[in-house]
Amino acid sequence: MIRLDKTALLLCACLLAIPASAALAGEARSGYEYIKPASRAMQDDEFENPGMLAVERGQQLFNNKQGGAGKACAECHDEDGAKLNTKNIARYPVYSEDAADIVTLQKQISRCRSDKSGRKILPADHPDLVALEAFVRHRAIGEVVNVQTDGPVAALLQAGEKLYRTRYGLIDMACNQCHDVYPGQMIRGQKISQGQGNGFPAYRLDTGEITSLQQRIQQCLVSMRAEPFAADSEEIKLLGLYIMSRSNGLRIETPAVRY
Amino acid sequence: MNNKMQRYKILILMLLVCPMLPGVTNGQDELPDDYCRWEVSDYTILEPLCGLAGDAQRGSKIVSDGSRGNCLACHQLPIPGIEAYGTIGPPLAGIAARLSVPQIRMRVVDSRNINPLSIMPGFYRDPRLINRPGKKYRGRTFLTAQQVEDVIAYLATLK
Repeated sequence: MIRLDKTALLLCACLLAIPASAALAGEARSGYEYIKPASRAMQDDEFENPGMLAVERGQQLFNNKQGGAGKACAECHDEDGAKLNTKNIARYPVYSEDAADIVTLQKQISRCRSDKSGRKILPADHPDLVALEAFVRHRAIGEVVNVQTDGPVAALLQAGEKLYRTRYGLIDMACNQCHDVYPGQMIRGQKISQGQGNGFPAYRLDTGEITSLQQRIQQCLVSMRAEPFAADSEEIKLLGLYIMSRSNGLRIETPAVRY
Repeated sequence: MNNKMQRYKILILMLLVCPMLPGVTNGQDELPDDYCRWEVSDYTILEPLCGLAGDAQRGSKIVSDGSRGNCLACHQLPIPGIEAYGTIGPPLAGIAARLSVPQIRMRVVDSRNINPLSIMPGFYRDPRLINRPGKKYRGRTFLTAQQVEDVIAYLATLK
């Protein structure tokens, strides 16, 4: 009799645990919901949002004919990028079968500049590329993040998730421990977010700088007192891909204001 | 024959278990000379680290210092004048009324001995178990043995 009760209890516990974890995994919430009201107001006002400076610098670069073959991005995509396909922007990072590699939006921008006007390829997170990425993503503001999750990407996402669930550094925490288990809780004076990517490149209040998603991941690792992954490493690409896929369904907010 | 089988089984078991201990397979630095080993028994660590005596006064400074213990990042503590604290771990007011000093020691040193999924860092965790420590943190513990004992002495006053 007692045995039966125990089994029943275990079953109950299991049944209770399933919806709790499913709800946790299912509902993506933008970092916007976790920042303070004053920071939200700052993000919403184009004149107040410091991230707009990076967007403007990106637009200047977009229109710059100097260097390479003297051709600006704007010649194909219009001065304000109006001819860019915003649905396409929302799909990045993508997987390229030809390159057999993950292609970030920065990489695509750099490659396009190189192919069409002979500019040299810039390293990941070069300030010019971060500004150009901010400008291009800002063009797609309001568009729903739509990263591929099937086909050849599925295995990459699994690898990314494995990295996301690995502990790093002297502080010895994994991304998922903060961003899946404790969103909404306070860490000192700040609310922990889900660590979504839909607002990046974002203006960080903590550093006062425009920051790409890869840079944010690196900064998080450094604050875990870990050795960060290099800007163009496989690990950072896999983590970036996985994190953006978690943001599927959220609207692009670039340039977001984040802590 | 039986004995041989037994040895074989143990070998397989060791091979299975070893890759699960990242610190062991990473071939990280050896234990620093000044690292004091500790033992868990019945979810406690009875002996003070390195046999050191803690100082509650010093401990109270370490817990609120963002660059040292930084306990306030996750826990609420009964320290006057502190506005911002974390809500990830349980509030620590009255902790000494709920846990004995050896129980507190085990949680501060390495709480993973109770809960392997705990988010709480081990403040005196075996440095060989740390994955990808930053260059300047290699072979180091989060706090020194003395600092850990100071923090424990402080927490012991929260009755």
